[in-house]
Amino acid sequence: MTEHLNTKNEQLHQRLEKVWGNLPGWGALAAVNHTSIGIRFMVTGMVFFLIGGLLAMLVRTQLALPDQAILGPGVYNQVFTMHGTVMMFLFAIPVLEGLAIYLVPKMIGARDLVFPRISALGYYCYLFGGVIVVSSLIMGIAPDAGWFMYTPLSDASYSPGRGPDFWLLGITFVEISAISAGVELVVSILRSRTTGMSLGKMPIFCWYILAMALMIVFGFPPLVLASIMLELERAAGWVFFTVEGGGDPLLWQHLFWMFGHPEVYILFLPAAGIVSTVIPAFAGRPLVGYNWIVLAIILTLFVSFGLWVHHMFTVGIPALAQAFFSVASMLVAVPTAIQLFAWLATLWGGRVRYSLPMLWIFGFLVIFVCGGLTGVMLALVPFNWQVHDTHFVVAHMHYVLVGGMLFPLIAGFYYWLPHFSGRMPSLTLGRWVFWLIFGGFNLTFLLMHLTGLLGMPRRIYTYEAGLGWDWLNLLSSIGGFVMALGVAMLLVDFILHFRFGRRASVNPWAADTLEWATTMPASSYNFVSLPTVHSRHPLWENPQLPRTIAAGEHGLAELDHIRRETYGSDAITGQVREIFHLPSNSWLPLQAAVMIGLLCISLLLRLYPLAVFATVGAVLVLLRWSWHNGAHPRADPVDEQEPVDPPLHSRTCDGPGLWGMVVALMANGTLYAALLFGWFYLWTVAPRWSAPEESPLALWPLLGSGLLLIATVLVYRSGTRRLRAGNASQLQGRLWLATTIGAGHFGLLLSVLLIAPLSPRSLSHDAVLMVMLLYLLIHSGLAVLLTAMQALRVRIGYVSARLPYEPLVLQPFWTYTLGIFWLGFAVFFLLPKTFGAFAGGDL
Amino acid sequence: MHRISGIHRNLTPRLSGIATVITPLSLAGCAGPFSTLDPAGPSAAGSAGLWWWMFTLAMLVLLAVVGLWLGAMFGAQKTGDDQQLRRIQQRWIIGGGLLLPWAAIAVLLAFGIPIGHKMLPLPLEGGEILRIDVTGHQWWWQVSYPGSGIQLRNEVHIPVGVPVDLHLTSADVVHSFWVPRLGGKLDMIPGRTNVLRLQADIADTYRGQCAEFCGLNHAHMQFTVTAHAPGDFAAWLTEASASD
Repeated sequence: MTEHLNTKNEQLHQRLEKVWGNLPGWGALAAVNHTSIGIRFMVTGMVFFLIGGLLAMLVRTQLALPDQAILGPGVYNQVFTMHGTVMMFLFAIPVLEGLAIYLVPKMIGARDLVFPRISALGYYCYLFGGVIVVSSLIMGIAPDAGWFMYTPLSDASYSPGRGPDFWLLGITFVEISAISAGVELVVSILRSRTTGMSLGKMPIFCWYILAMALMIVFGFPPLVLASIMLELERAAGWVFFTVEGGGDPLLWQHLFWMFGHPEVYILFLPAAGIVSTVIPAFAGRPLVGYNWIVLAIILTLFVSFGLWVHHMFTVGIPALAQAFFSVASMLVAVPTAIQLFAWLATLWGGRVRYSLPMLWIFGFLVIFVCGGLTGVMLALVPFNWQVHDTHFVVAHMHYVLVGGMLFPLIAGFYYWLPHFSGRMPSLTLGRWVFWLIFGGFNLTFLLMHLTGLLGMPRRIYTYEAGLGWDWLNLLSSIGGFVMALGVAMLLVDFILHFRFGRRASVNPWAADTLEWATTMPASSYNFVSLPTVHSRHPLWENPQLPRTIAAGEHGLAELDHIRRETYGSDAITGQVREIFHLPSNSWLPLQAAVMIGLLCISLLLRLYPLAVFATVGAVLVLLRWSWHNGAHPRADPVDEQEPVDPPLHSRTCDGPGLWGMVVALMANGTLYAALLFGWFYLWTVAPRWSAPEESPLALWPLLGSGLLLIATVLVYRSGTRRLRAGNASQLQGRLWLATTIGAGHFGLLLSVLLIAPLSPRSLSHDAVLMVMLLYLLIHSGLAVLLTAMQALRVRIGYVSARLPYEPLVLQPFWTYTLGIFWLGFAVFFLLPKTFGAFAGGDL
Repeated sequence: MHRISGIHRNLTPRLSGIATVITPLSLAGCAGPFSTLDPAGPSAAGSAGLWWWMFTLAMLVLLAVVGLWLGAMFGAQKTGDDQQLRRIQQRWIIGGGLLLPWAAIAVLLAFGIPIGHKMLPLPLEGGEILRIDVTGHQWWWQVSYPGSGIQLRNEVHIPVGVPVDLHLTSADVVHSFWVPRLGGKLDMIPGRTNVLRLQADIADTYRGQCAEFCGLNHAHMQFTVTAHAPGDFAAWLTEASASD
């Protein structure tokens, strides 16, 4: 009987593996599967962690004794800049994203994320961007203006080398990866949970990841915009951050910290998610105050966007503003304390099994509470004025990031190790690793608070003897090396683990969440069948789930086709509404990333014809990508046998594409909002803002262009309205009509740009206006192109009354284009006319 | 020892209480030419006092949280019905998660806001205040005394016991003007002028440095502030303008 069952399970496995497995050999580069991509993210992140750690060791070697010259100031400045950059952008965010990419589908009972090719694109963008950034270090021309690249130090006159370009272009490239992963995680968590998993039954970790992903969506665009502006200033001489011509170096600081502060919580939230997952598993009790914690997560999400100015208390902003941001910064203590006490209460009410992950959680607690407390101190403005930009801040930041991110991450790694390897971690070696890292860390950074209070500024490459800093620095360096030894042992532990670890049993920690119902190591498709969930603790409720899932006793187990399928469900209730068919292995992500990488390199080398070629190449690859969708034979051709209840998502009006479009537009809208912020900021605050007497834009062509845009959107919407009602008779005609009028709008707008007497190299006003016009043109052009493609798809039969999916995905993009045009018109044309920005002169 | 008595003379009784705490600590290694914990003026004393209060409170919170955690981890499993357990756990969250941080914030602000307010360069009741202009350059400090024609490099001279206003700006990149023993730092930003009010209570030479990373020689961008007794300052001023 068992044998018969095993054979049946094996058959199911074989069939699914054939559909879901990666291609053999080099074909692995075409993998889109979230398990593979997630692991790649994490492994690459660990490599960058080692590079960043090596740089930290160089810093500590140089500072160990006073008046040393092991590294000169030039090299030292590159080293500390790159240490921060690598750790923040190439280690911390990607590794957490990797963990989320790996875990989220398994926790919500799905077989993959909803945009698998986007995961792969994100990975390659990250890899190539990271390699480009780090290569500058090998060539000895790394950025050296500090990881927050303050202008004017980072502009062309004070950093004439290529260093900042590597940073601006490489990091922007990596940010594409972060944002795309953010969009994908939001949509996956909201739309692909297994049946019955309402929002309230979702594992708490997914709430944290949802918040993190939303914060990436809203947090990264200001930095992307700022990087584009600074690169334009460096490469083309456009004025944004230079005082002459009406720019302001403080605009960079605002835009940077609008990203930089949410960033801290982007790192902390997933780590706290690990803590909230591990503690209940070892306490053997549900997490206390699930609703409280969800509330705390949402509070953190909002509050963290209102604190960026606390990095700028010493730039001389008005006292009232400082008081506001000071209080807001302290308020973050509230959601953090809620979580802390919920964890305490959970432990208190359970019988805690002592284990390796719990040791790391304990380390997290001690270090993070210290970091939180110094954080509250730093939020107090008069104290901040003293310790800002000293080693006190360096210590605080490492307490928050190492305590709040690295310790939970390692706890999580040990906790989920059986998932990757099918083996159990060793307590003996693990304890050594913990005490070395914990002890070394505290020796390094606890003392560093005092170093800062004794007046040692950050970022100095040496110091004279006898200032009271000597012994502190020496001990900090010794601590740093102890910590490095711990990291080396951690690596040894991991390697030995994969070789010698004890075999793990099913659900080895007796946890409650669905990821422990997969096989270990996880298969490419996660679940043979997708279970129905009745509570937050499916595995505690039904310990038999791993067996019944493998036996194919739940949903979507039959497989008489070669589609990759998972459930698409209602965002709130988790009831199944459709079946998502997901793309299989594809080379398109790699091709697209290569083209974007080529663009990045050609901009670095200032080979602009090559840049044009790479841009065209990237657009072509991406268009091909979107061509292979819906009813295209490569995706899922129309077939009489296909399921109708629930239907395939590409046969519905509300699939994941639409959700992805809306979330992506939220990121895009944030970028636009940051541009408007920049405009208003310079207009009202820049010391030497000046504007021409009359708007350089020609009113009538601009208005004409806007009216044509309205017409385009109306035509497009009339087409999609009928499509929604099941009528596609005039769809092709309307799409072609929209394309034509849209092209007219684009042409007129282009003519406005071409005839406008703009001088972005001498006037900040013109530079911002130019960016806005280019932004509008890119959107209009893209919308026209994509509409033409939809018209073509109607003609070929990939889009029809039965296949209405894609034109509906494009519709919000048109609406958005319309919105930014008229908002831009009001803000850049009408407002200055009304309030006299064109009068010129200083404010 | 006269350093400590200087603080006694010029500060409110509350802060002098803190100074008695500082005395033994400064002997135990908190002193130093750049030490914020060895204040020689009201602004720096205010910050140092805040630090010691916050440090004490933070240690208490840390010990309490770690103690609770260890107790929760290694204590026996709680018995009692679920309802009762849940009620107790709710109290943990409301007490620790809501009341504790709000109370801490209220206390911090109650102390912090008045101290911070006193550091601001608000108009004084008693007439004119000495103005000194400082411009940051890569990597030196240009100091001038408006009206007197005095131009100095990397040194500032001030009278003891009265506040002075430093008008700070930069000729190139962002720098930050910082004399830790006198008070907090303020950035020097091209195109803007920030005003920092400092006061030295003891005649001495204080060391200052650039606190905002400004490129290659950031580490060596230092200066001195010499505080003269009132009579001496007038003499210095006459001498300096004459030699100029």
